Amino acid sequence: MALYDKPAHVLHEMLAKKEISSVELTEDVLARMDKVEKSIGAYITVTRDDALRTAEETDKKISSGEEISFLEGIPCGIKDNICTNGIKTTCASKILENFVPPYDATVITKLKQEKPVIIGKTNLDEFAMGGSTENSAFHATHNPWNIDCVPGGSSGGSAAAVASGSAIWALGSDTGGSIRQPASFCGVVGMKPTYGRVSRYGLVAYASSLDQIGPITRDVTDCANILNIISGHDDMDSTSSAADVPDYTKSLVADVKGLKIGMPKEYFIDGIDEDINNAVRKAIDELKAMGADVKEISLPHTAYAIATYYLIAPAEAATNLERYDGVSYGERVDGADVVDMMKNTRTQKFGDEVKRRIMIGNYALSAGYYDAYYLKALKVRTLIQRDYTEAFKDVDVIACPTAPTPAYKIGEMIDDPLKMYLQDVCTVPLNLAGLPGISVPCGYSSNGMPIGLQIIGRPLGEETVIRAAYAYEQSQNFHNDMAKIGGVDA
Amino acid sequence: MNVTKDDMKNVAMLSRLSVPDNEAAKYMEQLGNFLEYVENLKGVDTDDVEPTTYALPMENVFRDDVVRPSLPRDAALSNAPLKEDGYFKVPRVLEE
Repeated sequence: MALYDKPAHVLHEMLAKKEISSVELTEDVLARMDKVEKSIGAYITVTRDDALRTAEETDKKISSGEEISFLEGIPCGIKDNICTNGIKTTCASKILENFVPPYDATVITKLKQEKPVIIGKTNLDEFAMGGSTENSAFHATHNPWNIDCVPGGSSGGSAAAVASGSAIWALGSDTGGSIRQPASFCGVVGMKPTYGRVSRYGLVAYASSLDQIGPITRDVTDCANILNIISGHDDMDSTSSAADVPDYTKSLVADVKGLKIGMPKEYFIDGIDEDINNAVRKAIDELKAMGADVKEISLPHTAYAIATYYLIAPAEAATNLERYDGVSYGERVDGADVVDMMKNTRTQKFGDEVKRRIMIGNYALSAGYYDAYYLKALKVRTLIQRDYTEAFKDVDVIACPTAPTPAYKIGEMIDDPLKMYLQDVCTVPLNLAGLPGISVPCGYSSNGMPIGLQIIGRPLGEETVIRAAYAYEQSQNFHNDMAKIGGVDA
Repeated sequence: MNVTKDDMKNVAMLSRLSVPDNEAAKYMEQLGNFLEYVENLKGVDTDDVEPTTYALPMENVFRDDVVRPSLPRDAALSNAPLKEDGYFKVPRVLEE
């Protein structure tokens, strides 16, 4: 019996009932990884020995009759921009190729109390900049549903690992859609919590006012359970929210009677892929049939979200990435003097997309352009946020596509950065407004690629988002589908 | 929108990046296309709109000024490209 294709909550029960051992489970997932990784390339680093050692500890605990926690003994992947003490954390960049963090990110500290089996660090677009995982300095990741397609990004490694069975669940990070869009492309569940819900301490900074860590899972039940573990205030991240963490599993109730759902007309525009339009509308009809009130709403500043995001995020990135100067950590390329050394290091070790965003950011922040670009974007950000505040006076959640198209072919957009940026139209507004959002599988395109339904909530409204997502998921069977990997699975 | 060679030079200098001449044209075109795209923001009326830097209402966060354990020096230096006597080592900055 295969174990790699089951969600964590099922495996947890099996472990607790001694039907399987953690070593058995871990070996099954590692064997699956050995089989698929050549085609998928989800991982940058695999920590096989540590994983099996943790699994053995879990088994000892179980056999001595001790209770185990939800994630205990269950194999997972961690996006390689989240610091892991003693395990290389590269951000898929040559500049951090050999960086071994001397500390754990707060999410890792919290996870380690649960003793999950960390089996590796997953691939991403360099410094999380991109939507296809083609910008990794090491290798591209392939979509398990069609290995000629991208898995989305930037958490493409995490999403592809969960979708291909080389992890049961994974952590990702989301600055402009980097959890939700790859989850949508790979047919799995991905959630970006409210800004500040999860500590960013130890997440390598891309755009600090937008970055947020979240789970990528097989289903909504796993998502709620993991959110319980990783959420909460952290003294090490002063932007983390002090709000109490509710038990999100209490929201796993398949009941949306009376729930008010808004459909933003700006998200169902001309140019959206026909299959996406149909699948997402059908999903919303399903929620309606279950008793939800659905109404059309307007978020009038949606058309400005991409321009706003691609000024603010690169401006913050330009500032955050100043630290890669060849002095205290990361790679160094020598030069005639100290400035020359910094220039050589950055020029040779950053990839094209990272350089592009640093330059856009510095341009938008530079004397003479600051007011016209950066400050203007911050003001439009206020208007985008106000759109949501207004909308949430009338509705409880907003439902729309996660991405305007299904996964596209590798190489199709890489030479046209602007075209790639336009792909983020459905996801970036949430980051600008700090809102929680989830992507749940809601069907397939005519060529068999997964489609995601995005559900957006009020600030700290994760409970309502989870309830709506769970109710929809339980009315369908998409979350039980596993990708058949070409050349690997019959 | 036209990005001039001087703009490109300035932005590369601010970014501590070298942009060789054969790549400058590509970056100038891409930056130009991008700036043209973000022109659409100019049409948004933002008079009397306050800028938002963080999405959630955030006040200054204070804590007591007490000494707490931090990374040991060896750990902090463990990834340094070059170190000596407990310091990061960099090329000479001051003239002799």
